[in-house]
Amino acid sequence: MTIRKTTAMIAAITMLTVGACAKKAPDTLPPAPEGTGTDTGSNTGGVVPGSQQDFIANVSSDRIFFDLDQYNVDAQDQATLQSQAQWLARYPAVRVTLEGHADERGTRDYNIALGERRANAAKNYLASIGVDPNRIQVISYGKERPAALGSNEEAWAQNRRAVTVVIGN
Amino acid sequence: MKPSLPLRLALLASALGALSTVSVSAQTPPATTGEGPRTAEVVAEVSTERTVIAVPALATPAVTNVAGLRTDSLGRQIAEVIAADLERSGLYAPLGPGSVRAITMAEVRAPLFADWQAKNADNVVHGFVQANSTGGLVVGCYLYDTALGTELVRQGFEIQPGDWRRAAHKCADAIYSRLSGESPFFDSRVAYIAESGPKGNRIKRLAIMDSDGGNHRFITNGQALAISPRFSPDYKRIVYVSYLNNRVRVFIYDVTTGSQKLVTESPNATFAPRWSPDGRQILYSMAVGGNTDIYRISTEGGTPVRLTSTPGIDVGGSFSPDGKKIVFESDRSGSQQIYTMNIDGSNQQRISFGGGRFATPEWSPRGDLIAFTKMGGGEFRIGVMTPSGGGARLLTNSWQDEAPTWSPNGRVIQFFRTSPGKDGKSQLWQVDLTGVNLRRLPTPQDGSDPSWGPILP
Repeated sequence: MTIRKTTAMIAAITMLTVGACAKKAPDTLPPAPEGTGTDTGSNTGGVVPGSQQDFIANVSSDRIFFDLDQYNVDAQDQATLQSQAQWLARYPAVRVTLEGHADERGTRDYNIALGERRANAAKNYLASIGVDPNRIQVISYGKERPAALGSNEEAWAQNRRAVTVVIGN
Repeated sequence: MKPSLPLRLALLASALGALSTVSVSAQTPPATTGEGPRTAEVVAEVSTERTVIAVPALATPAVTNVAGLRTDSLGRQIAEVIAADLERSGLYAPLGPGSVRAITMAEVRAPLFADWQAKNADNVVHGFVQANSTGGLVVGCYLYDTALGTELVRQGFEIQPGDWRRAAHKCADAIYSRLSGESPFFDSRVAYIAESGPKGNRIKRLAIMDSDGGNHRFITNGQALAISPRFSPDYKRIVYVSYLNNRVRVFIYDVTTGSQKLVTESPNATFAPRWSPDGRQILYSMAVGGNTDIYRISTEGGTPVRLTSTPGIDVGGSFSPDGKKIVFESDRSGSQQIYTMNIDGSNQQRISFGGGRFATPEWSPRGDLIAFTKMGGGEFRIGVMTPSGGGARLLTNSWQDEAPTWSPNGRVIQFFRTSPGKDGKSQLWQVDLTGVNLRRLPTPQDGSDPSWGPILP
């Protein structure tokens, strides 16, 4: 009981901090983007052009993050999706899946619906900047596939996400 | 191996063809029907004074080997299952075959009441296991009041040897019903999701078992994520969501044939399925362009009927037992809350108030209550309220208790409990309506999304 209450307090403080910064991306960002803007394929030995590996290496991030229970695409998310759109423009035959995810603090079915909202928000933004929506399929995993496994604010922030995954031509 | 067909249990047929409680001994006087339930006060007060019931091993007139099972060993095992059922109800303190002496065949119909009174037993269960001429078993089940020296229950079951657990559950149900005045619930089954593997990549398999965890069987192999199963009212089918081929779709799995079919052909995600009480319709949720609404469709297919149309998430849902209303959740007000509507979607009304978020509503088979998951303060708890939203109260208190499902008699709720952290477990639990009798349901692996079916015929 004591332990749980302490944890809850820490979580609350963390949330305040996050809120104060008005920055929703987690402190620890997954896959560090390297060589953004470099020529695809030519200088990344062994990477197949148009592949998932190529995608990861050449976009600012494969994922965008959301606030608790939210699904709006903010300026930082737009920048990420713009880098993805640029890459997708180079490989017009490549199709992607947009995975929507939620953190573990929602019930299972609701989180599937929330993941759908997030994945569709990302898809709609990509479509609005010129990516053919027929190239994008959407799937929600709700809380079934967390990227960070802890039960704390930092882990939850990493799990409220929409991830773009290359599925080939 | 366990057959995939629903187990068959025939009441011991008498020459007169009676279909309900059958007399297994013509000499014994019938049960005193005027005797009221003796434990009514115990139920009402949640007293810690539980009725003591002795459950000695069932006798056998002749030790016989039937399909590899010995009638004397079965007599002990059946008594153990009866005692475990009664214990799990929270109302009784059974003295199982491990703590009381065995009985002779002669005692079955002529209990030595003084012996059981000396054990402080208010009641005693007697019975027998006997091979019949067709390779089956006859199980007799008697309940006596030790102080009054009266017979309260007398039932006989003719069963296939592999169904001996059902005879035990039926006997426990007869005892529970006679003493508590409630409808039976032990002889019923549960579909759920068996979970294994790391938190970030859980393997989730559809599985089924008896209400006490017995006769466990995995249905799917775990290659595709499986979630949110529901047994059909006749136990022949299970509706659930599979991530087969990386899509989110509702399937109906046929327990008898092992085949499955889509509930509806759609390019959109379909999830959160529920049966109508008559098993002819499925309620499900579908996300179109990111907006989730609730639909209803015949199990035979056809055109789905859209029931909600708000821009918010409308999801889940559960039919009232009379099939006339649906309770569901929606965040149209800004946060998850519980609503009711008619089955055509009309008259949508919010029924949950008072702070916090409410989710996963499930209508009791008795119709008098709706169970829910309440989220607040970083925790999930199981609670109940009336169909108009009154009398809300919480039954559990843990980090995350989610997804209630009702026992066939509407007295007990199963749910799953998750613990925090990367090694957090997910396990099946049950609690009765007093909130006092809380216990874990044993499963071979972790478990979630329980679905408790009706009493077996």
